[in-house]
Amino acid sequence: MISFGMTEEQEIVRDTLCEFAAEAMRPIGRQCDEASAIPDDFLQTIWELGLTNTQIPAEYGGGGELRSPITNAILLEELAYGDATLALAALAPNPFVNAVLDHGSDAQKQKYLPLFCTERFHTAALALLEPGPVAEPLRPRTVAEPKGQGFVISGAKSFVVMGDRASHFLVFARSEDRVDAFFVARDAEGLSISEPELNMGLRGLTTVSIELERVEVGPEDRLGGDAGCDVVCLVNNGRAALGAALVGLSRAVLEYCIPYSKDRVAFDEEIAKKQSIAFRLAEMHIECEAMRNLVWQAASHLERGHDATRAARFVRTYVNEKSMWIADNGIQVLGGHGFIREHPVEMWFRNARTLSVLEGTVAL
Amino acid sequence: MIDFTLTENDQAALARTREAALIARTYARYYDENEHEMPPEVLPEAEEFIKNAGPLPQSGPEDTSRPVMLALQSIGTYWGDYSIRLRREGGGLGNAALSAAGTPEQQAKWGGLCLSMAITEPGCGSDPSRVSTTAVLDEETGEWVINGEKIFVTTGIRADAVVLWATLDKSAGRAGIKSFLVEKGTPGFDVSHKEKKLGIRADDTAAYVFSDCRIPRSNLLGGDESIPKKNSGGFRGVMKTFNMTRPMTAAMGLGLAEAALDFTREQLESAGIEIDYKAGPGTQTAAAEKFIRLEAIYDASKWTTLQCCWLAGEGKPNNMESSVCKAHAGGSVRAITQGCIEILGAMGISREHLLEKWARDSRITDIYEGTGEIQRLIIARGLLEYTRQDLK
Repeated sequence: MISFGMTEEQEIVRDTLCEFAAEAMRPIGRQCDEASAIPDDFLQTIWELGLTNTQIPAEYGGGGELRSPITNAILLEELAYGDATLALAALAPNPFVNAVLDHGSDAQKQKYLPLFCTERFHTAALALLEPGPVAEPLRPRTVAEPKGQGFVISGAKSFVVMGDRASHFLVFARSEDRVDAFFVARDAEGLSISEPELNMGLRGLTTVSIELERVEVGPEDRLGGDAGCDVVCLVNNGRAALGAALVGLSRAVLEYCIPYSKDRVAFDEEIAKKQSIAFRLAEMHIECEAMRNLVWQAASHLERGHDATRAARFVRTYVNEKSMWIADNGIQVLGGHGFIREHPVEMWFRNARTLSVLEGTVAL
Repeated sequence: MIDFTLTENDQAALARTREAALIARTYARYYDENEHEMPPEVLPEAEEFIKNAGPLPQSGPEDTSRPVMLALQSIGTYWGDYSIRLRREGGGLGNAALSAAGTPEQQAKWGGLCLSMAITEPGCGSDPSRVSTTAVLDEETGEWVINGEKIFVTTGIRADAVVLWATLDKSAGRAGIKSFLVEKGTPGFDVSHKEKKLGIRADDTAAYVFSDCRIPRSNLLGGDESIPKKNSGGFRGVMKTFNMTRPMTAAMGLGLAEAALDFTREQLESAGIEIDYKAGPGTQTAAAEKFIRLEAIYDASKWTTLQCCWLAGEGKPNNMESSVCKAHAGGSVRAITQGCIEILGAMGISREHLLEKWARDSRITDIYEGTGEIQRLIIARGLLEYTRQDLK
């Protein structure tokens, strides 16, 4: 039955996180960007909100609540409305955790999930993207050759979120005619982790490159065991999640432009009273609504276990394009001030450009 | 609970709509090429279709709400053809206005008629406060005397009567505008011609002329003859009519856009061009990538339109959303139908296929029921908390 109504619980999540975003995230967003670092106490504060461990079943030490991709999309939009960099940091462990929850064998769940049910922030990361042009998650250049019962992995990965402190990596690699994901511990032999990468946006979020030189893993290290995992499903989830973050970021841009354009006077009137500005703001609002609906469509399919491939692809195409348009026009509405780091719109522009070319860095 | 899936009952009802729509589609080209002819009220296939169709399962509280289904059915119907119906249902935009603004007596008296709605004039379109058709009360006979010209009247030929906007006092601006019901056959009411158009040619679009046309005093919709001093008074009531008609016009355009997408997908497939939704943009053909983008635009518009209808079903305000979905769909159907032609190249403009017709037909979506620019004005005023004086 088609419905756009949030549950009461979802409304509470939205309101609570919207407030949290305004109070705890927006004020420190710029500082994190300038310092290329996120304060540990922020990570600890958000860890205590339980965004990661509440959705882990109680038998592994988690909160045992049912995971809802729709609720997570609502939550992520609010966090990214506060600050996209901090939102991705806050949810950094989730792509890994969700992959284990959705596709892991019992033994893999036993091994990895309890790591995230402790009192201190803990993270592990997907290693999905690769350096070089036109990186396609489903066509990795990294290879996993069978050796005995296990595999030998060789290749390179980039944009591994919080790889500087991740305990494990889930490395996507081609093995024979399929793509699989393999658990690789931080201290595995043959694995080298780079210094933090230097990126255009999301500067506070540390990302690293990793190189794998004949890293040996056992059969038990293949996600899902012998059956492997549905990599497409993982990619779909990541696409929907990035869309949710971009909707939040886009809303932030629009809501910043509204008071600015009502205040700024040119040729004897507020610039908001000129159609060229007013219509641009209207367009931003229209697209925020439309983008959110595409994200919700994908989340609705994910939640019900339906195939979300098309819906997630539509998010990737449409939301990436429109959110970038909004961020770009946010600068234009502010004119010269949009170019100055005193205002956040230039940071949001960099963040939108960065988010919209990623895959698999956040999950629902 | 946010849910973007259809129930089995929903699907059965929508499949039926599309079956009927496909029959209508077989007449689409003929009535496009023969604009002077009116399509029949009932197609020859109708009786057989209804006989064979059998009853649909009864929908219940677990099924999608009525306003959302209405929009989905509109998409399905217009996916067949814009103007041709297996069996034409009565009613027009004027009927919506009667339900919104008429007194119970007026609704009882005229509710069974097919009512067109006449707002636009040769000198006034998007700004209806410039309406110059006049209604003057003849105190002696107790009649309104109507004078003026109306154009672009949808269902204007077939309608039994028209709901007409006229001003009691031009100096009062919007506040002076009232709506009146004028029945066909009233002396002084002349249906001057059927308009000749870019698209939706089979559609019944008329021009009316009123010369000293006399109607009873009780034909003023709602019965309130006073001119409010402030704000827009009755005008605002009439504008509310659009909160449901705007998403419906969005849905109509989306039906055409979906037909264009389906045709284009079939052609790409038959040419061996694969569309891979799993892959990113870097590793497929430009045609496939462009097609995916058009489909994404379609879905964004569709869900935004359904959201507006869902709000209506919940009894929640949807003023802003009706403009949002209309503006979005207006742009989308232009992009989609034109984009499909670009993908297919010269075959896209051939009159052997319906794609070029869908591109012409759907062009109206961003114009009627308020142009995309008017929707943006409404949205911007809402966002900025501006009045119509603040932002023109």
